[in-house]
Amino acid sequence: MSATVARKGKENSLGLPVLDYRGAKTTLCAGCGHNSISERIIECFWEMGVDQTQVIKMSGIGCSSKSPAYFLSMSHGFNSVHGRMPSVATGALLANGTLKALGVTGDGDTASIGIGQFVHLMRRNVPMVYIIEDNGCYGLTKGQFSATADIGSTLKSGIVNDLEPIDTCALAIELGATYVARSFSGDKKQLQAVIKGAMSHKGTAMIDVISPCVTFNDHSGSTKSYEYVQDHREDLQQVGFVPFFEEIHLEDDPEPGEVRQVTLHDGSHLLLKKIEEDYDPNDRVRAISKLHEASQEGHLLTGVFYVETSKPSFLDLLNLAPTPLAHMPQSKLRPGKAALDEVMEELA
Amino acid sequence: MSTLETASAATSATAEKREVVNDFSIQVATVNGSGSQTANLVLLRSLFQMGIPVSGKNLFPSNIAGLPTWYTIRTNKRGYIGRKKEIDFLVAMNPETAQEDVLNLEPGAAVVYDEPLKLNELRSDLFFYPCPFDELVKPLAPNPKLRKLVKNMLYDGVLAHLLGIEMEEIRHALYKQFSTKPKAAELNWNAAQASFEWAKENVPKIDPYRVERMNENQGKIIIEGNSAAALGCVFAGVTVVTWYPITPSSSLAENLGDYARRFRMDPETGKATFAIVQAEDELASIGMAIGAGWAGARSMTTTAGPGISLMSEFVGLGYFAEIPVVLFDVQRMGPSTGLPTRTSQGDLLSAATLSHGDTRHPLLIPSTPSEAFDMAGQAFDLAEELQTPVFVLLDLDLGMNYWMSDKFEYPEKPLDRGKVLTKEDLDRVGSFARYADVDGDGVPYRTLPGTQHSKAAYFTRGTGHTPRATYSEREDDWTQNMDRLLRKFETARSKMPQPEIVMTEGAKIGLVGCGTSHFALEESRDQLEREYDIKTSYYRTRGYPFSAKIEEFVAAHDRVYIVDQNRDGQLRQLMRLDYPDLPSEKLRSIRYYGGMPLDARTVTDELIKQEGL
Repeated sequence: MSATVARKGKENSLGLPVLDYRGAKTTLCAGCGHNSISERIIECFWEMGVDQTQVIKMSGIGCSSKSPAYFLSMSHGFNSVHGRMPSVATGALLANGTLKALGVTGDGDTASIGIGQFVHLMRRNVPMVYIIEDNGCYGLTKGQFSATADIGSTLKSGIVNDLEPIDTCALAIELGATYVARSFSGDKKQLQAVIKGAMSHKGTAMIDVISPCVTFNDHSGSTKSYEYVQDHREDLQQVGFVPFFEEIHLEDDPEPGEVRQVTLHDGSHLLLKKIEEDYDPNDRVRAISKLHEASQEGHLLTGVFYVETSKPSFLDLLNLAPTPLAHMPQSKLRPGKAALDEVMEELA
Repeated sequence: MSTLETASAATSATAEKREVVNDFSIQVATVNGSGSQTANLVLLRSLFQMGIPVSGKNLFPSNIAGLPTWYTIRTNKRGYIGRKKEIDFLVAMNPETAQEDVLNLEPGAAVVYDEPLKLNELRSDLFFYPCPFDELVKPLAPNPKLRKLVKNMLYDGVLAHLLGIEMEEIRHALYKQFSTKPKAAELNWNAAQASFEWAKENVPKIDPYRVERMNENQGKIIIEGNSAAALGCVFAGVTVVTWYPITPSSSLAENLGDYARRFRMDPETGKATFAIVQAEDELASIGMAIGAGWAGARSMTTTAGPGISLMSEFVGLGYFAEIPVVLFDVQRMGPSTGLPTRTSQGDLLSAATLSHGDTRHPLLIPSTPSEAFDMAGQAFDLAEELQTPVFVLLDLDLGMNYWMSDKFEYPEKPLDRGKVLTKEDLDRVGSFARYADVDGDGVPYRTLPGTQHSKAAYFTRGTGHTPRATYSEREDDWTQNMDRLLRKFETARSKMPQPEIVMTEGAKIGLVGCGTSHFALEESRDQLEREYDIKTSYYRTRGYPFSAKIEEFVAAHDRVYIVDQNRDGQLRQLMRLDYPDLPSEKLRSIRYYGGMPLDARTVTDELIKQEGL
């Protein structure tokens, strides 16, 4: 479909080459799924013509959290503390809600130490893209299990995981997140569409990207290896994305009813071409049960599970003046002397 | 035994009848949640309105309703507003504690009590005033629930009669207290009047304590330290407040919200020029404040000891990544959950060096509400000037008690937003290195996210970095950066508020303290001179790092007593951390850590003991 935005020329709508959207050289292992995700981020931001200076790249600690140094070199980045990127990102957006926040985290960073902050980020619907680079293990400390590791999966050393995994997508939907998707680092087309949809969403857009750890979690006992994921994944739908500046036309002329079009906040469209009959991405209950069903059947469901565009974002609820707080002049920040006199009089 | 019989017993127990005017303490013992706070504040305010120096201290349990609580009011014509240990006048309303409260009194004290408690049978050396509060309250409030609340107002009327508090001032204070609830005001006023009239008819005055109008409170206000700090933040242009409820700091954030909604709505748009977020925990509240400070807000959080412990890792990041943020720590007694409703100066050391590795954080330590107001403003300026976390350390005594204070002065100094490079600056200079010490003061330049310039971005990290903010594990990069941070700390020293120093001619002894110790120390110095003929000098630090003047102060005295409201002499330790060459043989330590506000007698007695007198 023509949902892809890729301009065939060398420059995007801002007149910039894709090279300008790259970052420092990656220090992750060769073949790491995270590097593929970084590539998709670079492509998406370039293709969408995003002004990098208005982007903040937020991360916690871990392999995934290192990756913001490897893309969008003209964006401010913040590699914060383990599991607590959501609070830092929330604070930055309180200071300046015009910034576009991209959070990159891992399964350890989110589902273990950071589960509390994850929960409250989703609940608040803080406007940001939140990508979990999910490899089911702690890569940076040499491969220990994370809380998204599947029950029965093994470490290289043979140790078996005997705890149920946390499904971050089901959890996010339950908590009130307004854009929830899962994809696979090896699926270039789907991941691109899902990320672009997330970028156009105003609210928390949470994407769990299965991203095999080539060093510690890409062996036969792992359920997050390339081979396992390729064999077990089941796409909920084909995901297409049309940015607001392109007209929608569908290349293979599908039957009416087969394609659901979701209009995002900036006028972009997500096109969900159904494989599953009657799947409605606005149905929260259905989305959660769909995830549970797939998990029971041993399938790894991918696609956009849930989108809600009417819920106010956390910043909407704060009734903030239009000038970002970070740029508010002193004349707006310090009340006049009469105000202090008034209080002093009351307390006298 | 009748009232009069008790009275004659007490009179004979006192050596001679003396009159004590404007120099005594009242303690009201009630049950938490019974609404006694209104009656107590009306008493406090009435005395204040009569121009008499006064202070009020709430000794409350960590409980919402049902446990004993005591409120102490001190009047002092000489202006001492620190705590006085001895109780001169007891109002015993709580059956559970009444006996013990009475047994603890010094001979000659007076007791107003609820008649059925029959406290007069306990001792014969006190002045007893039994009052039939239940009988008196019945006609005033038909509703039993209201009756319970109004009952407390009755002792105000009785005390007005016994102590000579002007009823007009009681009325004024009451209507001020209930300015938005005229019905409640009227109900309470009727109660106070009824009990006053009853007391006038039925209770002859037999104790020596009374008040007399003075004129000491011109230009003064009554306010809690937390409220003063909150007001300071609003006038300092705070923009992001992220907090988590914890005693005794919650009222700081709550008051801040009230003042901000009143004074910080943009008149043009009707929208807020601030964001206040109650976070899910202290890990998130400091994380949000740091994120906001990074992105250019004047951001802060409020907490107490347990929160400080939780915030430790983030504060280390703030120090190392150089992010402005202000932390208000209203200290309570630790370690652990400790005594949540008792005061302490127990966070001095942990706040100053919070987080792993080598860290140092500036502390501002106010003693009075007006200092809490001023220092709130200074803290935001310092944080942005220095690009580092700055602590304001209050304590429960200052934060949650009502204090007489000078009126606050409007801050005329413009907000100092520190070294921030704009797009225009970058157009001019071409590029910048985030952590380069361009000015030699250890303080680098920063850009804010969103600055529309291709060279504005840098990568913020808690890992080792070069002056250009790129990742580095190199030994020289690391040590040079750490040395620069130390240089920055010396710059902080030059920007700290100056200490209060009183050099007394001929004094061989110096006293050093901070925060609310000030009130006990002022009074103790007078006690030492009056009772023991010992002259003392005084050094009150308003923060950390210390001024170099501390070296001169120590050099000028034979012995220097450092007064701490904690077990381990944390202020003393901090002094020695800052000035390792101070002569240790001169430095002595007076420590109190019982959780009550420090009183002068405790300091005086301990100093005399250590002097071997």
